[in-house]
Amino acid sequence: MQDLSRRNLLSLAAAAPLGRAFASVKGAPAQDADPARTKARKKIQEQHLPNVPLISHEGNEVLFYDDLVKDKIVTVNFFYSKCDEICPMVMANLVKVQKLLADQVGRQLFMYSITLKPDQDTVDVVRNYRTALGAAPGWTFFTGTTENIDKIRKGIGFTYPEPAIDRDTSQHIGNVRYGNEPLMLWAACPGQAHTKWVAESFEWMVHPELNRVQKS
Amino acid sequence: MAYYNVFGEKVSRKRYKEMVNAAKNRRELITAGLTSRRDLMKLGLLTAGGMLVAKSGLSARAYGQQQAIPPSGSNQVCLPGNQPASPATRAFVDPLPIMPVTAQTPLHSLSPAPTICPNTEAGEVRAACHQAPELNPSMFPFPPPRIYQMRQRAVTLRQSPDLPPQTVWGFNDGTHGTITPGPTYQANYGTPQLTRNINALPPLTQNGGFGMPSVTTHLHNAHNPSESDGNPCDFYGIGSFCDQYYPNVLAGFSSTNPPNGDINESLSTLWYHDHRVDFTSQNTYKGLVGFYCLFNEFDTGNEETGFHLPSFPQFDIPLVFADKVYDSESHLLAFDLFTLDGIIGDKFLVNGKIQPFLAVEPRRYRFRLLDSGPSRFYSYFLTELNNLNQVNPFWVIANDGNLLPNPVEVTTVRIGPAERVDIIIDFSKFAGKTIYLENRLLQINGQGPVPTPPFTGQHFGPQVECSNAGGTVLSDILPAGAGNLLLQFQVSSKAVRDNSVDPATNPSFYSLPSTNVAPRIIRTFKFDRLNGQWSVNGQFMDCNEFRFTASQNSSEQWILTNLTGDWTHPIHIHLEEHQILSRNGLPPSLAVERSRKDVVEVHPNERVQLFFRFRDWVGKYPIHCHNVIHEDHAMMALWHIVANGGDNINVP
Repeated sequence: MQDLSRRNLLSLAAAAPLGRAFASVKGAPAQDADPARTKARKKIQEQHLPNVPLISHEGNEVLFYDDLVKDKIVTVNFFYSKCDEICPMVMANLVKVQKLLADQVGRQLFMYSITLKPDQDTVDVVRNYRTALGAAPGWTFFTGTTENIDKIRKGIGFTYPEPAIDRDTSQHIGNVRYGNEPLMLWAACPGQAHTKWVAESFEWMVHPELNRVQKS
Repeated sequence: MAYYNVFGEKVSRKRYKEMVNAAKNRRELITAGLTSRRDLMKLGLLTAGGMLVAKSGLSARAYGQQQAIPPSGSNQVCLPGNQPASPATRAFVDPLPIMPVTAQTPLHSLSPAPTICPNTEAGEVRAACHQAPELNPSMFPFPPPRIYQMRQRAVTLRQSPDLPPQTVWGFNDGTHGTITPGPTYQANYGTPQLTRNINALPPLTQNGGFGMPSVTTHLHNAHNPSESDGNPCDFYGIGSFCDQYYPNVLAGFSSTNPPNGDINESLSTLWYHDHRVDFTSQNTYKGLVGFYCLFNEFDTGNEETGFHLPSFPQFDIPLVFADKVYDSESHLLAFDLFTLDGIIGDKFLVNGKIQPFLAVEPRRYRFRLLDSGPSRFYSYFLTELNNLNQVNPFWVIANDGNLLPNPVEVTTVRIGPAERVDIIIDFSKFAGKTIYLENRLLQINGQGPVPTPPFTGQHFGPQVECSNAGGTVLSDILPAGAGNLLLQFQVSSKAVRDNSVDPATNPSFYSLPSTNVAPRIIRTFKFDRLNGQWSVNGQFMDCNEFRFTASQNSSEQWILTNLTGDWTHPIHIHLEEHQILSRNGLPPSLAVERSRKDVVEVHPNERVQLFFRFRDWVGKYPIHCHNVIHEDHAMMALWHIVANGGDNINVP
C-alpha cells in the first residue's frame, strides 16, 4: 500500500502535459491489492458515484465514475446558466479558487460543474457559459439527461429532506463536493465560502498529511 | 420593498416567498378541515419542512424507504435515505465496558521533554506558548504534577458478538492498550496536568473507507487556555503531536474571584474528542472520544465525603452513547460520507458495545450520560418491560456536566449531540428485577425531533414521515418499550450499603453565578441554511478569519436565532459555560435548564438569549453546531479574546 506523497504528485505534474484530460492520481493504488478496500470503494461507487453518461462542454460523452471520478481527485458542483442568485456567486468564487490552485487544477485536481437544467443548457450553452465565466483548462462543464444528472446529485448527497424544496432548482445546494476517490476521502464546503479557504480545503485532498496552526 | 421573518428581521425576497408558500399550504389544508398537524401528517400531506407533499408523492413517508418499527428490544429503527438496515444483533449479551481511569506516565517517558513554547522542530503542532505557567508559575508549574501521553491509534475490536471485528480508532494511554471510548481522566481541581496527544493513526490507505488521520483533541467544556483547547483549525498529521496543558482551575481565578476562582463555576463531567475541521464527524464516529471527570472538595468521587455523591468509579459510571450503521453485506461499520443533513444510526452503542448489560446492586448510582452524536437526540426513560405502565422517576443532578443547584426529579430527560446529563438512579426499588435505559425519542433524519406549533419549549408533537407498516404516524415520544433499549440493568436482590446522599432530601450543590451583570455587548448569531449551505450570520467557517473579538474578563449576551425551519441545532461555545436567560423571551421552563451549560439546543424558530463571561484566558475559540455533520459543513465561526480589547460587532 502506498501513500499519496508530494513527490509522487509533483512527478506526475511534471509528466503530464498541460490540459491533459482527467489524469489519474499517481501513486494511489488503482488496482487495489487489499480486497477490503476494493470492496469499500465499490460500495461508495454504487451508492454515491453513479456511472452514468454526461456530455462535456467540448461535446465528448463520458461516464461519471469511470472517466471523471475513478482514481482521481475531483470537485463537483451544480449550476445552470439562467440561475441568477446563487450560481453567479459560487461560480465566480470557483474561478478565483482555480486561479489560486492554477498549478494543480488539470493535473492533480479536476473541477467539474454539472448543469441542473440540461433541457436549457445544451452543449453550446454550457460551453458559452464556461467561456464567459473565464474557466481555465482543468475545469470541465457538463450537461446530460435530467435523470442521470439527478442520480449524480442525489448520489453525492446534495439533497434536502423536504421533497418540495429538493425539487426546487432555484434552492439547489450551493456546496462543492470534493474528494480523493482512491483514498475514499470525501467532504464538502460551501461554494460561497471565502476563496482562500475553499482552495485550502481542496488541497487537503492532495496533501492530507499537512499540519496547520492558526495564530491568534 | 423589504421583507421580514417571524422575528421582524429583514429577509430576502426568495426566502420570504418560501415562508409565505409554506404558510399558505398550511392554511389551505386547515380550510379543508384538516385542522391539526397530526392529521396532515397522518395523511402524508405535510412534510417536516411545512411543505405540502406533491400529489405524486402522497405517502406517509416522503423520503426514502424504511422499515416498519419492529417489536420492542430489537433495536431497529427507521433509517433515513434508503439506507439498508444494519445486520441483526443480539441485545444484552455483552457486559457494559467501564473505561479504565487514564494512567499517568512518568515525565521522563516524554521524549522530547515538554516545553512551554511549542517544540516545532520536534514535530509539535501548537498555536502558542502555554499561558498558564507564564501567567502564574507557582499555581501552574511546568511541567505540571500529572503527565499523560495519549496516542491516537487504530484498533480492531468487537462491538457485538454478532458482528465481525471492527477496525476503529481510539486512545492509548500506554497502560490500557488502545480503547474506544478512550480511558476516563480522573482529574482534580488544583492539580494541573499535561497531556501529550500523539497522532499515531495508520495512513489513509488503511482507514477502512472513512476517517481522516489528521487530528486535534478538544477538551469539551474545559476552562482551558486557547492553545490547549484543541481548536479545530490547529490539526496535525501522523507522527506529529501537541502538548495540552490543562490547568484544572475554576473560572474567575485571575479575574472576578482571585486567587482560586468561583466555586460555583465548578465543572464535573467533561469529555474529549477529535475536532479536526471538516472531518470531526468521521473521526469521532470512528471512535476518538472519551470522558474527563473533574473532582473537587465537594464533588469528591467518594460518597463518604463532600456532597456524598455515589463513589467513583464503582457507583459513578460514565456512559458514552453513540448510534451507528453497519454495512448490510460486509457487516463493517459504515459512515455516510455524502450527507449534509446528519447521520442517524440503527445500532445503539454504550461505551463501545451494542446494547450491553450492567449488573448493579440495589442502591443509588450516578451515571454520566453523554450523547456523542453524530446527529441523534435522546429522551431517556427507565423501562420495566413486564410493567410498561409503571412510570419510573429518577434524578437529574447535572446539566452538561455542571451540577445543578439541587437535584431535579424527572420521568425523562432529553439531550442532543454533545450534551451531557448526570443522573442518579436508585435501584433499591428494582431489587431482583431487570430494567432498561430506553431512548423513546423518535428521530428519522438529521433535522432532530420536530416540534408542534405553537412551540412551548417543553412539548414535542408528532414526528413526521416515520410510520409503521399500517401507515400510522407515531408520536415523537414512542410508547414505553417501543423505543431503543440502550442498556439493561440486572439488579441484584441482595441489600447493600449505600452512603450516598438521597436526592429526595434535596441537597444543595452549587448556586448559579449571578447573571445580573451589564453585558459589554449583545451579539446576535443567526443559524441558517442558505442554498443548502449551513451558515452563521450568512457566512461560513473559515479558519483564516476571526469573526469578532471579545475583551478578556468581560461579560456579553449572545442571542442565538434558528432560521432553518424544522431543524434543531445543538450549539456549542468553547471556553466558558453560559446560562440561558430566555427562550423566545421567556425564562427557561425546564428546571434542568436553570443551570450552567456549554451546549444549547436551539429549536425551530427559536431565539435563545445567553449570558457569558470570558474570563482569565486569551486566544481563539469557535462557536458551532454540534450536529457534527453541520459542523463539518461550515456551521461554525472562529472568534477570539484579547486583553483590553473587544469590538462592537453586533452581528458577527
